[in-house]
Amino acid sequence: MLRRRLNRLFGGDEGRVHSRTIYVGHKSCPPNEAYIPPKFCDNRIVSSKYTVWNFLPKNLFEQFRRIANFYFLIIFLVQVIVDTPTSPVTSGLPLFFVITVTAVKQGYEDWLRHKADREVNEYRVSVLEDGRRIRKMSAKIKVGDIVEVEEDETFPCDLILLQSSRDDGTCFVTTASLDGESNHKTHYTVADLESDLQYLSATIECEQPQPDLYKFVGRMHIYRNSQEPDVRSLGPENLLLKGANLKNTQKICGVAVYTGMETKMALNYQGKSQKRSAVEKSINAFLLVYLFILVSKALVCTTLKYVWQSKHDETWYNEKTQKEKETNQYLKMFTDFLSFMVLFNFIIPVSMYVTVEMQKFLGSFFITWDKDFFDPEIQEGALVNTSDLNEELGQVEYIFTDKTGTLTQNNMEFIECCIDGFQYKHGDGSSELDGFCVTDGPVNKIQQKAGREREELFLRALCLCHTVQVKESTKQRQDQNDQFDQIDQVDGLGLDHGFLDPPQKEMGFIASSPDEIALVKGAMRYGFTFLGLESKNMKILNRNKDVETYELLHVLNFDPVRRRMSVMVRSKTGDILLFCKGADSSIFPQVRQEEVERIRMHVERNATEGYRTLCVAYKHLSAQEYARADADLREARLALQDREEKLMAVYNRVETDMILIGATAVEDQLQDEAAQTMEALQGAGMKVWVLTGDKMETAKSTCYACGLFKKNTELLELTLRTLEDGGRSREERLHDLLLEYHKKAVQDAPPVKLGITRSWSVAGHDYGFIIDGASLSMVLSSSSEPNSRRYKNLFLQICQNCTSVLCCRMAPLQKAQIVKLVKNSKGNPITLSIGDGANDVSMILEAHVGIGIKGKEGRQAVKNSDYAIPKLKHLKKLLLAHGHLYYVRIAHLVQYFFYKNLCFILPQFLYQFFCGYSQQPLYDAAYLTMYNICFTSMPILAYSLLEQHICIEVLLEHSTLYRDIAKNAMLRWKLFLYWTALGIFHGLVFFFGVRFLFSNPALQDNGQVFGNWSYGTIVFTVLVFTVTLKLALDTRHWTWINHFVIWGSLAFYVFFSFFWGGIIWPFLKHQRLYFVFANMLSSVSAWLVIILLILLSLLPEILLVVLRKPRGPHARQKKSSAGDPQSPQSPARPLLTRTFSDESNTVI
Amino acid sequence: MMASSYNAKEEDGHHSGSSTHGGTGAPKNKKPDNTAFKQQRLPAWQPILTAGTVLPAFFVIGLMFIPIGIGLYVTSNNIKEYEVDYTGVEPNSPCYDCANNFTWNSTTPCVCTVTFTLTQPFESNVYMYYGLSNFYQNHRRYVKSRDDSQLNGVQSSLTNPSKECEPYRTNPETKQPIAPCGAIANSLFNDTLELYYSQPDGNTSKVTLVKTGIAWYTDKHVKFRNPGNDKDNLTERFKGTAKPVNWLKPVYELDPSDSENNGFINEDFIVWMRTAALPTFRKLYRIIQKKPDSTPTLASGKYVLKITYNYPVRSFDGRKRMILSTISWMGGKNPFLGIAYITVGSICFFLGVVLLIIHHKYDTRSNSADIPN
Repeated sequence: MLRRRLNRLFGGDEGRVHSRTIYVGHKSCPPNEAYIPPKFCDNRIVSSKYTVWNFLPKNLFEQFRRIANFYFLIIFLVQVIVDTPTSPVTSGLPLFFVITVTAVKQGYEDWLRHKADREVNEYRVSVLEDGRRIRKMSAKIKVGDIVEVEEDETFPCDLILLQSSRDDGTCFVTTASLDGESNHKTHYTVADLESDLQYLSATIECEQPQPDLYKFVGRMHIYRNSQEPDVRSLGPENLLLKGANLKNTQKICGVAVYTGMETKMALNYQGKSQKRSAVEKSINAFLLVYLFILVSKALVCTTLKYVWQSKHDETWYNEKTQKEKETNQYLKMFTDFLSFMVLFNFIIPVSMYVTVEMQKFLGSFFITWDKDFFDPEIQEGALVNTSDLNEELGQVEYIFTDKTGTLTQNNMEFIECCIDGFQYKHGDGSSELDGFCVTDGPVNKIQQKAGREREELFLRALCLCHTVQVKESTKQRQDQNDQFDQIDQVDGLGLDHGFLDPPQKEMGFIASSPDEIALVKGAMRYGFTFLGLESKNMKILNRNKDVETYELLHVLNFDPVRRRMSVMVRSKTGDILLFCKGADSSIFPQVRQEEVERIRMHVERNATEGYRTLCVAYKHLSAQEYARADADLREARLALQDREEKLMAVYNRVETDMILIGATAVEDQLQDEAAQTMEALQGAGMKVWVLTGDKMETAKSTCYACGLFKKNTELLELTLRTLEDGGRSREERLHDLLLEYHKKAVQDAPPVKLGITRSWSVAGHDYGFIIDGASLSMVLSSSSEPNSRRYKNLFLQICQNCTSVLCCRMAPLQKAQIVKLVKNSKGNPITLSIGDGANDVSMILEAHVGIGIKGKEGRQAVKNSDYAIPKLKHLKKLLLAHGHLYYVRIAHLVQYFFYKNLCFILPQFLYQFFCGYSQQPLYDAAYLTMYNICFTSMPILAYSLLEQHICIEVLLEHSTLYRDIAKNAMLRWKLFLYWTALGIFHGLVFFFGVRFLFSNPALQDNGQVFGNWSYGTIVFTVLVFTVTLKLALDTRHWTWINHFVIWGSLAFYVFFSFFWGGIIWPFLKHQRLYFVFANMLSSVSAWLVIILLILLSLLPEILLVVLRKPRGPHARQKKSSAGDPQSPQSPARPLLTRTFSDESNTVI
Repeated sequence: MMASSYNAKEEDGHHSGSSTHGGTGAPKNKKPDNTAFKQQRLPAWQPILTAGTVLPAFFVIGLMFIPIGIGLYVTSNNIKEYEVDYTGVEPNSPCYDCANNFTWNSTTPCVCTVTFTLTQPFESNVYMYYGLSNFYQNHRRYVKSRDDSQLNGVQSSLTNPSKECEPYRTNPETKQPIAPCGAIANSLFNDTLELYYSQPDGNTSKVTLVKTGIAWYTDKHVKFRNPGNDKDNLTERFKGTAKPVNWLKPVYELDPSDSENNGFINEDFIVWMRTAALPTFRKLYRIIQKKPDSTPTLASGKYVLKITYNYPVRSFDGRKRMILSTISWMGGKNPFLGIAYITVGSICFFLGVVLLIIHHKYDTRSNSADIPN
């Protein structure tokens, strides 16, 4: 993240201030000037982090930067250095294991990176030097080298295209590995270059490397025969990016401009910032508590030790060693403190980290395995990019969803058009909607309303005003023409490049936006077929089956600010025409006003029906006008600085005073089950915000269709339209509106409890809020600072009190802004963003959980997401079932781990009071080590993978169940205290139960006595059985695995104890446990006390289960039938019993 | 290939299971397996603890625990125990002189006698314990101050004991290794207790004290072994070692009368070496076998305990006791278990009753809903 920012900061600044000059082919230019070879980095790619030499230190350093690892390292070192009660092995072994596994994993990944680097760096490329072709290693390419690339090869660095084997000076590339777009893009050679590059003498002046893939500004000076240099502008269409593949072109030559780590690809390479889940934060908080407990325990013991020692001076039977006598008193105190820390350090177990990681890692497989997520259409299931956020799926409070491609299918269908105010609806059956055009015979009769001329003009406009390319059948691989430009679909304001390949036998269209294809197909249905573009000539087949040819003069690209695009064409007759299409709001001001009203009605009606509307306009250009526009455009395109702004100005100047011909309506079908999904998510207590680049009316209709807005929803609108009402300045109006809405939605509304049950007032008003991009930017960046903060707050409060919020006309960055705003608002709600396009990437990265839809708009969203699902409907199961279960599982896992280690260590602590605070461990070292690794780890792992306290069907059916775990309900302090109290209770029971038994240590029927290791073993046996059975009590879903693991680990404990105590181990210094376990089992009293203590410990647990049990189903029944009469005992119901098992009654 | 290398995630955390490698690689046409495990549909038993199922358990536990508790309590009460504190703290106590005049290197043992009366006869085997108070046998420095391999008869450890035995590892003067080394061995309880019965007719008869069978079988036969060859003289086998500094006699003279009870395998020694769990403890000292006829092992009457007072405890405010106890199947006298069982059993029973009442009062109509189906 930081790196990206830095890149942006420095890269950007540098770019503006400096530019780099490149001498093509390392030739001095102009030829008579001295050539000073500039210094640039070479083309070596280094993506690996380590080398053989620095792997160990660097990796270890990075691993120990994690707090937990560092803590355990410290403990281990203390154990090695200081004389501590437990052997260093007890903590060293698990730590070593964890570190090794991670190191091996990272080493392997780095090895893969090395391999890939080497493959790339040693790849042989052809470089032209002095007219000869030389094979060179890719790493050796220098800036200025002329590189030759053949078909299907990958570009070794960023190149300016000089020469292509194709006649028209174009080449095709795919940039799938860069941005995930798999369509072919056309790039152009620099115009009018020598055919023999050997004699080319030119310099390229271009900006410093910057990461934006779609931006490039440069200028090429070509020196010919000592004339003034020719200047050519260079844009992204001339730049071939490293990593892209050459397609459909035999070979190209290009000059390297950016190499190695300065290529755009390398600059774009950055690790995603790691997201941390709320559970992880809770763990860290709990950890601090336990650390505090640990330190205070150690402090108490150290203090008491010295108090005790002052009374019990060294006894004759237990003299200090020479070393101890010599040690400094204060040093001794300190090492004593450390020893106690080590003795009690098991309270913070390494194994918890291992188990949590394992749980997340293994648990995420269930998402990929889920066959409900499998989409037969794309033959793919869900994808998990990070397993760190599984449980976060169960905590979502806000959902930010994209509209196009997410809520809707992004499958456009031409529905109707309106020409000159007359409506034309395609009346035929839907069988022909797939784009086949039967051109013979007037199958599709347009109702003759508008003049025929108008109609044809309109249809021609549809046929010409686009950037669609025709995909020919694979046999003829010749001139496919398309344009590389930043074309955009009308909705996605960002840099989307979609790819649509409808199943057609003869002819397919490829465009970056499905709307365009829908329009071209729509025109086809009415008799005008776009045949393709051949060397700047667009051919269309008109109704009379004549081929009309238009010369394409300029394409005025789409951009999100103008929200329209235009083409300039010259017809056969020499007329110069400008066709423009775009959103109504951007076209209407640019056309003569007389036509507007007639068409506006249609557009608005279509918009409320949920269709996407576009208006089409045209304009005749006189020769002079064209000449001027042409000159302006060329000039603007050559500009090295502020090119975008200049182009925009020219575009705006040209696109005025047009004549509106008509409008189109394209239907964007809703995704499967979109409405049900939204309903379920809202029922689960999540607030759904739609963030779209689309226009308000369309988005609103989609919201209605999805059920996000209902009939009785009162809409609060904060858009340019409402702002401009009333005739006052926008600022004032904004202020008033915000206050008014705030009063309505926040102050007058009954207070909504933000708590366990987040239920908004059903009785009260249902509000929906609509804001558009322009208003949002006014809210967020108001002129004065205090105002802006106030507005932000008002805005947030209004939004949080509305059931649904619709933000339309959003730029990608604004989407992220909104997410950030909500994310950082009071209570830090968990946010989820879902989207499918590149324009959603920013919000996907910003939100706590980012979900990508494997839609049609490339795979960029998927690549940047945390989870990817094929369809929106899968979100329901992902959150309601998987998320819920994962959360419950991990929350229980965390609480249980802290609990089991507390009651493990507490007896050890209490024992210090009986052994003169001498750090004598209660348990044998083997037990200390194995407790967390073997005896109690597997059952909880199995539980945390398999538990379904409520079965999946029920979770899906009753979405309200999701609210029960909202706001991190299972990791609240109250529950944590409950578990801690339980741990303390158990610890006390274990210790003192055995303590009283040992008031007479003669426990065998032959009068023999038990010693301290028997004491520890009895406590430990009770402990292992109790914590395991406690988990068994909590388990609501006993699969054979649970049975196997729970009973198995108990059996293993018994077996291990026999085994461990059954042999004199030659490597052990002390045979402490020799036959201790067997002797313990031979004592009836030990048996009795073990049974008693286990039962006594579990008794409150069982009692609580029973006490809360009868209420679960009844409360629910009552709620559903009679309203809300609370169960009579509910005040008496212990707060702490509110665990998930409440719901188990509904399981079956 | 470049792309995939770049997409390798660069973080410390776990790699997710599924491929994170981007690119355009052909979509895997793998439909997820429809196995019960992968779809989280393993057949499962879903127990629901309801009042209906738990209530009987409460009653059963109550009904089982209370009799067991009563049995334990009665058993414990039937155990006869008699305790004599012979520390000699009070000036009028018989061992006061011995306790006060204690010196480490006195040549003549101090003997004192304590008389006591058993009001009830002790039947069956009677076990004689010595008890120490305020003696921290569980102190860490003490607990680890031993060399188990030396005690196991390993020759190398005999001559070169473990460092853990410090400062009782070598004799400070002769520098010879100490056998058995360490603080535990060094502080072996070495009072000698003898019991005499004053018959009503005035004669006193010595009560036979058996000194074997007091240590764990496995300790005596496996864990503790004398070094060297069994055929050799024990003194030879310990040659080159020094006796623990506080011992009066070397280890091979612990029980010269019985070679099976001498050296490391002396049972008094083994019992001592099993460190006690708490600072107040008792250790088995002798067994008084029950008599073949039906007369009680220890008849009621006057007894004389003759103590050879070797073991100083006053320096650390300790107490020494001699305990005579009979033993039941549950071990020595300890009312705790019985009381605990009765308490827990009653609580269970009581809770069962309370729950039953609650259950019936509030949930009469919804019993059916509680039954898991």
